[in-house]
Amino acid sequence: MPPHLSRRRRRQRECAQARGAQCACAERRATWPAAARKCPGKRPPHRRSEPPGSDVRLLRGAAPASTMLKKFDKKDEESAVAKAAPPVSCGSRTLAFVHSPARVFNETPINPRKCAHILTKILYLINQGEHLGTTEATEAFFAMTKLFQSNDPTLRRMCYLTIKEMSCIAEDVIIVTSRQVPGGRAALCPLFCSLTKDMTGKEDNYRGPAVRALCQITDSTMLQAIERYMKQAIVDKVPSVSSSALVSSLHLLKCSFDVVKRWVNEAQEAASSDNIMVQYHALGLLYHVRKNDRLAVNKMLSKFTRHGLKSPFAYCMMIRVASKQLEEEDGSRDSPLFDFIESCLRNKHEMVVYEAASAIVNLPGCSAKELAPAVSVLQLFCSSPKAALRYAAVRTLNKVAMKHPSAVTACNLDLENLVTDSNRSIATLAITTLLKTGSESSIDRLMKQISSFMSEISDEFKVVVVQAISALCQKYPRKHAVLMNFLFTMLREEGGFEYKRAIVDCIISIIEENAESKETGLSHLCEFIEDCEFTVLATRILHLLGQEGPKTNNPSKYIRFIYNRVVLEHEEVRAGAVSALAKFGAQNEEMLPSILVLLKRCVMDDDNEVRDRATFYLNVLEQKQKALNAGYILNGLTVSIPGLERALQQYTLEPSEKPFDLKSVPLATTPMAEQRMETTPISAVRQPEKVAATRQEIFQEQLAAVPEFHGLGPLFKSSSEPVALTESETEYVIRCTKHTFTEHMVFQFDCTNTLNDQTLENVTVQMEPTEAYEVLCYVPARTLPYNQPGTCYTLVALPREDPTAVACTFSCMMKFTVKDCDPTTGETDEEGYEDEYVLEDLEVTVADHIQKVMKLNFEAAWDEVGDEFEKEETFTLSTIKTLEEAVGNIVKFLGMHPCERSDRVPDNKNTHTLLLAGVFRGGHDVLVRSRLLLLDTVTMQVTARSSEELPVDIILASVG
Amino acid sequence: MQRPEAWPRPHPGEGAAAAQAGGPAPPVGAGEPSGLRLQEPSLYTIKAVFILDNDGRRLLAKYYDDTFPSMKEQMVFEKNVFNKTSRTESEIAFFGGMTIVYKSSIDLFLYVVGSSHENELMLMSVLTCLFESLSHMLRKNVEKRWLLENMDGAFLVLDEIVDGGVILESDPQQVIQKVNFRADDSSLTEQSVTQVLQSAKEQIKWSLLK
Repeated sequence: MPPHLSRRRRRQRECAQARGAQCACAERRATWPAAARKCPGKRPPHRRSEPPGSDVRLLRGAAPASTMLKKFDKKDEESAVAKAAPPVSCGSRTLAFVHSPARVFNETPINPRKCAHILTKILYLINQGEHLGTTEATEAFFAMTKLFQSNDPTLRRMCYLTIKEMSCIAEDVIIVTSRQVPGGRAALCPLFCSLTKDMTGKEDNYRGPAVRALCQITDSTMLQAIERYMKQAIVDKVPSVSSSALVSSLHLLKCSFDVVKRWVNEAQEAASSDNIMVQYHALGLLYHVRKNDRLAVNKMLSKFTRHGLKSPFAYCMMIRVASKQLEEEDGSRDSPLFDFIESCLRNKHEMVVYEAASAIVNLPGCSAKELAPAVSVLQLFCSSPKAALRYAAVRTLNKVAMKHPSAVTACNLDLENLVTDSNRSIATLAITTLLKTGSESSIDRLMKQISSFMSEISDEFKVVVVQAISALCQKYPRKHAVLMNFLFTMLREEGGFEYKRAIVDCIISIIEENAESKETGLSHLCEFIEDCEFTVLATRILHLLGQEGPKTNNPSKYIRFIYNRVVLEHEEVRAGAVSALAKFGAQNEEMLPSILVLLKRCVMDDDNEVRDRATFYLNVLEQKQKALNAGYILNGLTVSIPGLERALQQYTLEPSEKPFDLKSVPLATTPMAEQRMETTPISAVRQPEKVAATRQEIFQEQLAAVPEFHGLGPLFKSSSEPVALTESETEYVIRCTKHTFTEHMVFQFDCTNTLNDQTLENVTVQMEPTEAYEVLCYVPARTLPYNQPGTCYTLVALPREDPTAVACTFSCMMKFTVKDCDPTTGETDEEGYEDEYVLEDLEVTVADHIQKVMKLNFEAAWDEVGDEFEKEETFTLSTIKTLEEAVGNIVKFLGMHPCERSDRVPDNKNTHTLLLAGVFRGGHDVLVRSRLLLLDTVTMQVTARSSEELPVDIILASVG
Repeated sequence: MQRPEAWPRPHPGEGAAAAQAGGPAPPVGAGEPSGLRLQEPSLYTIKAVFILDNDGRRLLAKYYDDTFPSMKEQMVFEKNVFNKTSRTESEIAFFGGMTIVYKSSIDLFLYVVGSSHENELMLMSVLTCLFESLSHMLRKNVEKRWLLENMDGAFLVLDEIVDGGVILESDPQQVIQKVNFRADDSSLTEQSVTQVLQSAKEQIKWSLLK
């Protein structure tokens, strides 16, 4: 055969072989369909690492697993990569595990390449999220001990890595079983020994990784065995060993704090190392060990800051520690800690400089003067060529601008340059910072600039922009027209839910702030719900329309929009629309007939809820009674929904003749209106509300568990914040929560004993009322060991003879039996002695008897309650000089909820009407209208209405 | 047996839940009103490091805390991050309440993730170190194909740079030195010596320029 032909033939043959190999793959896949299907598109690193120039030759004839792959040559792979299609997977699991790794590992002599190859595959599989079979993984894990016989460095390093990786991935599988199965622990031993040997061996390159692998599989009992080696490793002269030991110790702190604590001296020594990373790790470990000991931390700080550090990382760490100390001290800025942070602004590493600047910016209560050097450093960073640095600088400046807009004004020019930055995150942050610092005149220009790139930035940053605009609206109310227009343009564009919600929130807050923007705002929102994909937003806007629409000049124009929802939307929105319609009908006589017609159509709706609502509202409206309208349409339920659910369930379980009493249901602790966040941070506020709602439930359950408190009836109100009756740094820390019932009050004292050589027993708080309250019983806390909070209660009856005298001061005294105990062993003496401890006085005010309630429509509620028990009085508030102050004081004093935003006093007015709503204990609505007049001092006319006489008397008596 | 990965707690408002909703998480960092650094001073700097190919598929990933406890959440996060970052040529982004620094090279995307309170430059130093080390190991061919062929090396490099979320080493030269000791591969060591010298020169030049 002529040579050229033969060559061509050979190539053809090779190609055929290659194809054949692929077919083989396909066949294999067919043989193990499950295994192969599990990882489609997964790409195993099917060749051991060969430097690009070299060949696969080494693998040929090595193992069956690799022979199969040898034909999978580069051409195929390139095309696969180029096509970006998942390269043909030969069933990565198959490769790693069908030829049991344990078997390959146990071959003698060890084939290092093959084994390392398998380890790489295992790692890759773990990395891709494959689940390893229990048996094969355990087998492979323990078979790795064998591999330590080989001296191949790569193999050894891969072993360490695999041990680390498998120990946490399959922690429960391998380690736990090895602990439970007899001898399992012993199986871990050889591995342990091999690692210990490497850790103390001659090969420096092995030692560091060996330390880390070893610590990963060590638990606190095994740690004792290697403690000596660890101590040596920490002070080792090879930096990588020392670093590894320090970092591993840091990881170990979590489970074996006490052991690691003993290595502090070694860590201290390492902290003076010349190597930058060792120093960083040593300082980090020292801080983690000592962080609860303020003095030690201070000492450490002063020691290392005085001598200066080598590592920029260590500087950053120290700056953080220093700023934390400063924050806790909460004191002056003259301290050496602040000087240290400030001196870091002149460090040669940008990382340190930035860290210091950011630390100063984040310090609470920093003055403009203290901020100045930090700001000027950040200003320099703004023109850095590094995007990360610019980003960091602008982000920090943005934070400064929130508190000290004036401090950032100097950077305005630099910030304006960043508006056109190619990194949109930087540009957005620059804009929002400018919005905060800019003057009223620059708003128009900035808005124009923002709109030019609004479409290019992510939703997350759009939300930031919206928040900035929202803040701007509050600052410059006169600019609301420009801003509002901008918001509506944004609202019309594409965007996610969070973004749209932020916009809607912002618009709603503008509407509430500025009466003149209401009409435009509402009509724009109407337009928005015409095509709104978010149910939550649509229902919210409908609710707002129902509330605000009827009060506008031309309410009828909103009806079309609302009724369109009934026709076009799905059930939740339809239900919302029906409620909104009913609100129009309830407040506007002229429109009532047409509303009735519309509601009648809704009665035919497909959905139960919509139909029910329509029928209900229709019937209420047809009565044409204002009180009914107010109670059932305009102001909804004020009870807490979970409470109602529980009460109803209770009622159905114990059927009785009595009808269900809505007054027995606890009221919603947080009025619904507070959902409408009053300030800018739109996302942050939701969380605590849920907590608050469940807080009262928790109390209710706790109190119900105390036998003495049976028969008190439902819990009416719990005071929101516990009152501290002691200074925070005293022997005993007592905090009191007041619980109000219909006829009684329970004081809950949360006590903590901070003396470690005492155990208190039989703790009660004796109370001496100044008014006609009567102490009924004390429920003691049986024992109060060191640092474990305990609770005792005091039950008092409300005054019967003079029911208006609810405001009262109690003098409190804690009585208990002290038993000394040994702080180390915790043993308590048998004998104890009686002791007393005087606490601060506790005040009970009117606010404790009234629960806040939101009335969406105060006037309707006012009419509903009627003037049967109306009283009016006029007072002069001689000490109060402004209306805001007066409003704030009244709201706080009465503990009632300001309605219809009457707690905001418009500027430049000397009269104001404050509307307050609440529920008095026992479930009687109380409404207060107080007219304020400002001359030199504030004169106040209070009108109170309630469904009972008592609450009115109490309120007037307490104000007077 | 300890799991150091479980040590650093995820910060409220960030992480899986936040990122899963397609990104629009509460913008903890950028818009937050609270000026306080809520974070305890800690060595646990890095939340995750991952390398994706140009389709957003994972080639290598390490997560160091339980912000994303399950593989599924991790994958979703990676996908979102990829979608957000792959088209733009910037190097830093804010996503799901976390700061992400990234770098692309031919058909690879390298990401380093840290908390929003973290010093961005620290994250950047890790990213740079990772890239330089890989670049050296792959002889400047930082692309998917060579990475896959040298996966073991990549694992080792990452292991030397970050350990359980703590920055172990930030100097690429040191990393290379610790990983690179293939005694049997003379050509590589030879070349690596010259390369080490080369980049050492660059380093010196760079530091002088600065």
